[in-house]
Amino acid sequence: MIQLTQVQKAFGSNRVLQGVDLTVPTGESMVIIGGSGTGKSVLLKCILGLVTPDSGRIEIDGQDVAQTDRDAFLARFGMLFQGAALFDSLTVWQNVAFRLLRGAQKKPKAEAREIAIEKLRRVGLKPEVADLFPAELSGGMQKRVGLARAIAAEPEIIFFDEPTTGLDPIMAGVINELIREIVVEMGVTAMTITHDMTSVRAIADRVAMLYGGLIRWTGPVAEMDASGDPYVDQFIHGRAEGPIESVR
Amino acid sequence: MSLTTPVATTGRITLGLLAAVGRVAMFAASTVANLFRPPFYWREFLSSLIQIGYFSLPVVGMTAFFTGGALALQIYSGGARFNAESVVPSIVAIGMTRELGPVLGGLMVAARVASSIAAEIGTMKVTEQIDALVTLSTSPMKYLTVPRVLAATIAVPVLVGIGDAIGIMGGFIVGVNRLGFNEAAYLTNTYDYLQSWDVVSGMIKGAVFGFLVALAGCYYGMTSGRGAQGVGRATKAAVVAASVLILASNYLLTEMFFSS
Repeated sequence: MIQLTQVQKAFGSNRVLQGVDLTVPTGESMVIIGGSGTGKSVLLKCILGLVTPDSGRIEIDGQDVAQTDRDAFLARFGMLFQGAALFDSLTVWQNVAFRLLRGAQKKPKAEAREIAIEKLRRVGLKPEVADLFPAELSGGMQKRVGLARAIAAEPEIIFFDEPTTGLDPIMAGVINELIREIVVEMGVTAMTITHDMTSVRAIADRVAMLYGGLIRWTGPVAEMDASGDPYVDQFIHGRAEGPIESVR
Repeated sequence: MSLTTPVATTGRITLGLLAAVGRVAMFAASTVANLFRPPFYWREFLSSLIQIGYFSLPVVGMTAFFTGGALALQIYSGGARFNAESVVPSIVAIGMTRELGPVLGGLMVAARVASSIAAEIGTMKVTEQIDALVTLSTSPMKYLTVPRVLAATIAVPVLVGIGDAIGIMGGFIVGVNRLGFNEAAYLTNTYDYLQSWDVVSGMIKGAVFGFLVALAGCYYGMTSGRGAQGVGRATKAAVVAASVLILASNYLLTEMFFSS
């Protein structure tokens, strides 16, 4: 279980997170929605330790992340970045097997390559792709490779940062389906940040809305349409009029 | 404007400069500390060694060759004022090994390597590849900075040594073909007056310059701002910082090695 208590983070005078409280139960898929610049990515990065929160407590299975062994902690995570964040200088299979080629989870090269190809197959890519470089792939293929890398070391928790951004609707649908399948199949705890409502409905068990540096609403995805919260209603229906100010 | 404004501005600038120096010093200290802590990424080290050492050879070699030739011409024409044309071979050798070889070689490597390292790491930062490394339990300092800094510290003195030889050869070719020196006399003169410390001191300078060049590239890459503009700024800053650091440290090293 991931538990955030009163997490705050400011960049200069910009108070991005103003006391976030959030619980993600084990094995559930939580999707965090919110407009651009509301701090969704910062929240994920705080949990991963890529950004240090100014105050508050972040716990994974009751353990304070600030006091756990960093390598062991990160070994439990997989992450799909918004732009896939594949390493340009490595081939596709070396990207997927990155964690398996070094560190505590190091495996022989042949075995790591075999696992990488299996994970590529799992995300719908042919083995021939394994020896290409990321620059030779389309955006959708790069996202799939990023997804394969996120699941390569069988993590317990997977984070997805804007998984469908920049993809056409069909490819976005494919990625959403893959994420849902993988989350169910692996039984992982998933946390996704997105403002794509199709993704939300396809991926989420529960939804939380971040607005004004706070979790504005949280609940099961089935209750999202009847949340009764004007901010959530405006956001999920994409209305220009409402309590959320839109810049014209 | 109040009376204290200039004082406050001076204070702010001083504090900003001190903070920047502190950040770079901490980055350098962390790099050195990580040189001795496992894991060590050999593949990245060897790849950096080839990129920094082998691929810089043509530009360093050409710079040294033309500098050696020009130096021979200058010393000959300048030395003619007090009948000292005969010192051309020894001055070319000493000048190349002690000063021009390491400094010009270092500056050429700074232009080629500091910019490329800063641009590469800066782009990795902008595209979240550095964050990805962290989430894959890999320290960017160990994976990106340590191999590059170690490779440059080893490669640049070797480049300087080769550059010295090429520079002396440039002087020899000009001396013999343009200035009418006897081949054997030129070589004897070079060999007799050149001391091993001349070469070694230049190579030590090369090692320091290599360290500073790669450090500047990595530091500015790691602290790059967002977008293409951020990477562009980081690249420019890395080359400027590396060049200034080379020239400043060259003075300090020269003072240390030869002032007595």
